[in-house]
Amino acid sequence: MPDLYGYLPFILQGMKLTVEVAVLSLIVSVVLGMMGAAAKLSSVPLARLIAGVYTTIIRGVPDLVLMLLIFFGGQILLNDLGDALGWGYVDVSPFVAGTLTIGFILGAYMTETFRGAILAVSRGEIEAGFAFGMSARQVFFRITLPLMVRHALPGFGNNWLVLAKTTALVSVIGLQDMVFRAGQAGGATHKPFTFYFLVALLYLVITAVSDIALRWADRRSQAGVRRA
Amino acid sequence: MDFEIILDSLPLYVHGLWMTVQLVGLALLFGICLAIPIALLHTVRNPLVWVFPWAYIYFFRGTPLLVQMFMIYHGAGQFRAPLEAWGLWPIFREAYWCAIIAFTLNTAAYTAEIIRGAIEQTPFGEIEAARAFGMSRLTMARRIVLPSAFRRALPAYGNEVIFMLHGSAVASVITLVDLLGAGRIVNSDYHAPFESYVTAGAFYLGCTFAIVAVFKQWEKRWHAYLRPRVEKPPARAPV
Repeated sequence: MPDLYGYLPFILQGMKLTVEVAVLSLIVSVVLGMMGAAAKLSSVPLARLIAGVYTTIIRGVPDLVLMLLIFFGGQILLNDLGDALGWGYVDVSPFVAGTLTIGFILGAYMTETFRGAILAVSRGEIEAGFAFGMSARQVFFRITLPLMVRHALPGFGNNWLVLAKTTALVSVIGLQDMVFRAGQAGGATHKPFTFYFLVALLYLVITAVSDIALRWADRRSQAGVRRA
Repeated sequence: MDFEIILDSLPLYVHGLWMTVQLVGLALLFGICLAIPIALLHTVRNPLVWVFPWAYIYFFRGTPLLVQMFMIYHGAGQFRAPLEAWGLWPIFREAYWCAIIAFTLNTAAYTAEIIRGAIEQTPFGEIEAARAFGMSRLTMARRIVLPSAFRRALPAYGNEVIFMLHGSAVASVITLVDLLGAGRIVNSDYHAPFESYVTAGAFYLGCTFAIVAVFKQWEKRWHAYLRPRVEKPPARAPV
């Protein structure tokens, strides 16, 4: 497999798409995770209930089921909406459906990570913020957020690695990521194992690079922590 | 929501449930048998021994299950001649066995990592005591290290079982009619994505809750010695 029958650039293009889906859905999941954590810790019972249902259902149902539900169900929902509002036919792109689904799923895991991290910020620091006359918003951005990063990072890193692997599922709804392209290249050359193995190694590259970055971030976030 | 569709296709879902239970059950059974030796090898200090389980675990935990399954199911065709010569082709031709092989290798890697973590947390005193009794490495593993490691690994293993259940949904991509496979058939028959996938999702949710309940029971039983001791109130003297 010296030049991979000329298919290497084709697969690498798919890898670019994989990384794009992963990064965009990471952003979605972080936003949802912060909202979910805020809802879980809020004093409004309805917010806590919604966040609880969200995390329970998402973590109890396989990601592929949710992806197919959102891709095919979302299409029907949009069609009905389009008919009612007179836009006509709107196509759900697998890119949008895949990115939103993965973000939505990992958002539930991020919710739990962030909730734990916020709870780990010592009460005294927050009280000190209020004692300085900061508003709730200022306390959150100046005290809670910077301090929770340290506690959230390990869980965040795990979630990111899970998310990166989940992106393989977008090939099932027809997105031309590297898994999908490996199938095409493997079919054309009758060497499917070679190409799927290549894709597996490319996933390992993503994992290894993330590992290094996460370790660096972890070290930085621990600056100023005294160790026994 | 058209409940007629759901009711009509219930037998198909039950069929799919049985397939999911088989895939997950067999993979977990084979996986744990494979995971124990891998975890034990990983605790050996010699780097020449240690590198093999490390590479295995790194590969299977770092790549998506879908790709692993494709490597085996689609990839087997590339090695058809040697597989036929070895008489293994009838196994690799079947999507069922390919899925089970992929799931087994995958869960074995995660389980090995869980068991290894639990082994490394064994209190040193227990090992010292076993050595003082003159136990060999294997006897020590069988009588002391593994029983206490299994207890410590139980909560993490419960999570792994749930991940395996959820991961098994990819079997529907290689034509197997598991729970999600049933959902896909119903969707293509009736063009009813909500009814079909929500029903499949509800079945998975039910399985998840059942697994959580079973592990809670097991933890209660096997971690009984860790529970804070509650003194029974003295029996009241008859008045």
